[in-house]
Amino acid sequence: MSNARALTALTKTLKPLDGYALALGDDALISSHRLSEWLTYAPDLEEEVALANIALDQLGQARHLLGFAGRSSGLSEDELAYQRVDREYRNSLLAELPNGDFAHTILRLFFFSTYQRLLYAGLTASADGELAAFAAKAAVEVGYHHEYAVSWTLRLGDGTEESHDRAAAALAELWPYTAELFAVDEDVAALAAEGLVPDPESLAGPWSEQVGTVLAQATLGTAPSGTWRPSGGRAGLHTEALGYLLAEMQSVHRAHPGATW
Amino acid sequence: MTTISESRFDALLAADERIEPRDEMPEAYRATLIRQIAQHAHSEIIGMQPEGNWLTRAPSLRRKAILLAKVQDEAGHGLYLYAAAETLGVSRTELLDALHTGRQRYSSIFNYPTLTWADVGAIGWLVDGAAIVNQIPLTRCSFGPYARAMVRICQEESFHQRQGYESLHTLARGTEGQRAMAQDAVDRWWWPSLMMFGPPDATSTHSSRSTEWKIKRHSNDELRQRFVDLCVPQAEILGLTLPDADLRWNEQTGHYDYGEIDWAEFKAVLDGDGPCNRQRIERRTQAHRDGQWVRDAAAAYQAKHGQTPAARGTEGTDR
Repeated sequence: MSNARALTALTKTLKPLDGYALALGDDALISSHRLSEWLTYAPDLEEEVALANIALDQLGQARHLLGFAGRSSGLSEDELAYQRVDREYRNSLLAELPNGDFAHTILRLFFFSTYQRLLYAGLTASADGELAAFAAKAAVEVGYHHEYAVSWTLRLGDGTEESHDRAAAALAELWPYTAELFAVDEDVAALAAEGLVPDPESLAGPWSEQVGTVLAQATLGTAPSGTWRPSGGRAGLHTEALGYLLAEMQSVHRAHPGATW
Repeated sequence: MTTISESRFDALLAADERIEPRDEMPEAYRATLIRQIAQHAHSEIIGMQPEGNWLTRAPSLRRKAILLAKVQDEAGHGLYLYAAAETLGVSRTELLDALHTGRQRYSSIFNYPTLTWADVGAIGWLVDGAAIVNQIPLTRCSFGPYARAMVRICQEESFHQRQGYESLHTLARGTEGQRAMAQDAVDRWWWPSLMMFGPPDATSTHSSRSTEWKIKRHSNDELRQRFVDLCVPQAEILGLTLPDADLRWNEQTGHYDYGEIDWAEFKAVLDGDGPCNRQRIERRTQAHRDGQWVRDAAAAYQAKHGQTPAARGTEGTDR
């Protein structure tokens, strides 16, 4: 598919379950990309290995989900990853925010892996056998990501004064973006009603409880208050950061139209 | 004067047996191994940079996954080799400090820039290929932990080498632009890869004693020749040219003759004046500096709780 306009049209008309898989796949792809930006810059060699490993797992999940999403429309994982523009990407805003310092990356991973763990656990009960099988495997992977993120959230929150302050700043900055993870649109509501996907709203309670327990243990207090809850990622309305990420990610692919790699 | 333990050391060497960390060994042997293993470990972690440069731009998701796994393997090799060096009584912190302050080196090859996506393939084919030729004999090196580390590392390196070759093959059979990119990468990486085997035998300073100690089993020039002989037919299959007008088969020797290596360039890069020496060390030391507060936090947490969060979590579930 070299015609970007035709691709746009196709992704707009994806079947709801394919569109749902695309959103989850975009979350994983963009998370993987951000994590991979840490490589050669991590605070220690063990963290280089761990962050690469998590990035690799997320990339594997993205490939599976993008493959699933494009299959019935004849779109490959690479067409979906490299030939869509930012308005066609469906990832949550949380995934695309620039990395910031290690505390920002860890807090984001903590929020995100807690969410993915609940989501994939719910998805194992999907009426779609393939998605259910995928979720069972992915749930094990994100279990490790969650464990890693929790262990560092505790160390940063309850480490030194500096690490505590940095973790607190990351918490305040990232918290508003977490609401979007549990938003429900018409398509997702219909899929949930058919038993194909978990109802996102049903994940919000357990998520808040699990996150709250760890934040308290990490001496990071309770969730910040405030009414600003940015969203729009699932509808292709992103932050300004995504355009740069995609420009970089897609640069080689787009410079050689029609090439195979 | 030869001590009893050193004669045991000599006997182990003579019997082609492995020296283990608990064995007594001459201080010079220990120092040589620390220098060599540390340099190898440093090369793994600095070597993440030129390839890491393309992680965010890999042109397909499959290639992105392969590259991510490779860079992860290099970090793992670094960890593994620092651990092997630690068996000789130095700490990773000391060795990293020696790298950061320029007291220990890493392989000069990583001071060249990766300018296009094809460089990732060329590094896999040529740089990993040269590393394998250098390292396979080290699986029989006299120091046990280093030899065993090399067995595992060589297996993973040969995997990387095949993937690099396959990527380059795809480019060489691709569009005109891809093919030009592949040839350009080979043109730039060929000579530096030949330099990876070190100075010619006539001028190598470390070789003879390392050979007596069975750390080094072949000379620089022998290994370089082995590499050239392997690469020429592989380049033919790729349909790419190696940038050496003097490269030709020699019936008498049964090897490929090759042209004069620019040893002045080698020396300049080794002495710090390569294209990327400064940026490689700057990136490494910046990561280390910027990560200090994170490592401090982990240490403070452990001091407060007497254990890592993982251990603490397990304990918590028992309550």
